[in-house]
Amino acid sequence: MKPNNYWKTNIRYITILLSLWFLISFGCGILFVEQLNLVKIGGFKLGFWFAQQGSIFGFVVIIFVYIFLMNKLDQSQKK
Amino acid sequence: MELQIWIWIAVGLSFSLYIGIAIWSRAASTKEFYVAGGGIHPIANGMATAADWMSAASFISMAGIISFSGYDGSVYLMGWTGGYVLLALLLAPYLRKFGKFTVPDFIGDRYYSNTARLVAIFCALIVSFTYIAGQMRGVGVVFSRYLEVDIVTGVLIGMGIVLFYAVLGGMKGITYTQIAQYCVLIFAFMVPAVFISFLITGNLIPQIGFGSSSTDGIFLLDKLDGLHQELGFHEYTTGTKSMLDVFCITMALMVGTAGLPHVIVRFFTVKKVSDARKSAGWALLFIAILYTTAPAIAVFSRTNLIETVSNQPYDQMPDWFNKWETTGLLEFNDKNKDGLIQYNADGSTNELEVDADIMVLANPEIAQLPNWVIALLAAGALAAALSTAAGLLLVISSAVSHDLLKKILVPNISERVELIAARLAATAAVCMAGYFGVNPPGFVAATVALAFGLAASSFFPAILLGIFSKRINKEGVICGMLVGILTMLFYMLKFKFGWFGGGLKEDWWFGVSPEGFGSIAMIFNFITTLVVSHFTPKPSMEIQKLVEKIREP
Repeated sequence: MKPNNYWKTNIRYITILLSLWFLISFGCGILFVEQLNLVKIGGFKLGFWFAQQGSIFGFVVIIFVYIFLMNKLDQSQKK
Repeated sequence: MELQIWIWIAVGLSFSLYIGIAIWSRAASTKEFYVAGGGIHPIANGMATAADWMSAASFISMAGIISFSGYDGSVYLMGWTGGYVLLALLLAPYLRKFGKFTVPDFIGDRYYSNTARLVAIFCALIVSFTYIAGQMRGVGVVFSRYLEVDIVTGVLIGMGIVLFYAVLGGMKGITYTQIAQYCVLIFAFMVPAVFISFLITGNLIPQIGFGSSSTDGIFLLDKLDGLHQELGFHEYTTGTKSMLDVFCITMALMVGTAGLPHVIVRFFTVKKVSDARKSAGWALLFIAILYTTAPAIAVFSRTNLIETVSNQPYDQMPDWFNKWETTGLLEFNDKNKDGLIQYNADGSTNELEVDADIMVLANPEIAQLPNWVIALLAAGALAAALSTAAGLLLVISSAVSHDLLKKILVPNISERVELIAARLAATAAVCMAGYFGVNPPGFVAATVALAFGLAASSFFPAILLGIFSKRINKEGVICGMLVGILTMLFYMLKFKFGWFGGGLKEDWWFGVSPEGFGSIAMIFNFITTLVVSHFTPKPSMEIQKLVEKIREP
């Protein structure tokens, strides 16, 4: 793979993952919190859950997905 | 065993551990002093970053603040964790690849200018000093509350310990002590949380207990919303702040986290680029353990508090009530003289004042946990404050000895002299921090939250654009950083401290609070940098090559 492609793929990963980052925190936790609060899961209103729990779990997952994707990309670069 | 003895044992043991580590890990070279030799394992670095990051505020105050503000408290939860996504995806790997010691290093080299470097040093010092004073104060408060010594003695003991391991070991000593401190603080935070979750909901995991029902079969959060409504407080699970303000505060805290120099330098200590990504992931995982537990504690203790005190006779209050009354964190004033405690949202009839810090500090007693748990909590709070103070100290000392002395004033300084200078700078910084801890200027508490706004408005755009754009030049970045940090400083002084004619909530620009203004100042920074760069010459070929090199794996 050419260096230019490597960088482009990286940018694509970053864009997708940052959109998810924005969606679970600013989207579900702030902008659409009232609509989501109408849904209840267990004792949690969904919007409230995203703001105080879900977004944080999501952040951890996003970083580990990026680690996985980039390690794979680095490997393919070496071949 | 007596509580006091338990506390002395817990604090004494943890402190001797830190000192032992300091003696074992002395720094012999500037590379060891600034970046711990650059060979720290990513999981170890993640742990150290987590301790570095979680300060006295996260440990003692955050759960209490959430407990009183409900949904509005989410800004801290999302804001102080979401920044790690930005770090892992946008900054840490490239800064590691660049491979120098400090943030001003990167800014000075990427923007081929010592003026840019100077501006970066100035920003790093402002951000770190506003932050460290609060930490030393935290150490003093914990000492005075648990060990019954006065605050000055407490601050002096704390200074002595930090001085010892930061000056002797530099980043190497700090890294290993932070790992130990993380273990102490997370254990201290989780033990009472698990106990209380089990007592109230029958579930051992606080994150699940949070959404479960209490022993009477009603969901805990519904019950709390009901209690709040009854007493006239705002519903717990919805907010009072405007959506725009919540958005801006969360953004400022996230971006500020990613721009804090003491967090960024931790990623210089790992061996390779992929390790920098990994350690950001581990760091957030370790932080998330505390950050997802805190809102659960907030709900447990809030419900517990209301149920224990509301409309109950004062003379039947449990022991902890009277004990915390003597510290001034709880204040009862029987206005209508009926002997019952009326706790509500109406200032004229409310008879109970509760300090937010009590929610974590008094938790073990409210849940009637054994004395050793309380002792553990004291050691944990000290670990949280000391680990953050040490990280900040290193930024201050390296900004002076490395960035200012070696890179600008005396370029041919020898390694040995630079190391001495670094140690002297660290000593001077500890003394200054200690001074502010003993004589806190009124602005300390107010500025810790604002340090994030300062970091967001100065460093974040400069570093981000330095990596993702080859076109940005020194003129753009110098103007951008100055515009960003000066607007933020101006807004903070005007609306927090009444300078420049002061201002009320109605006068806020775009309705954004000073805490959230970092986001707006950051946008100013971005616009200035882009516009000025557009009208001034491109950076040289060498700089463009440097950027390309940073981007390669």
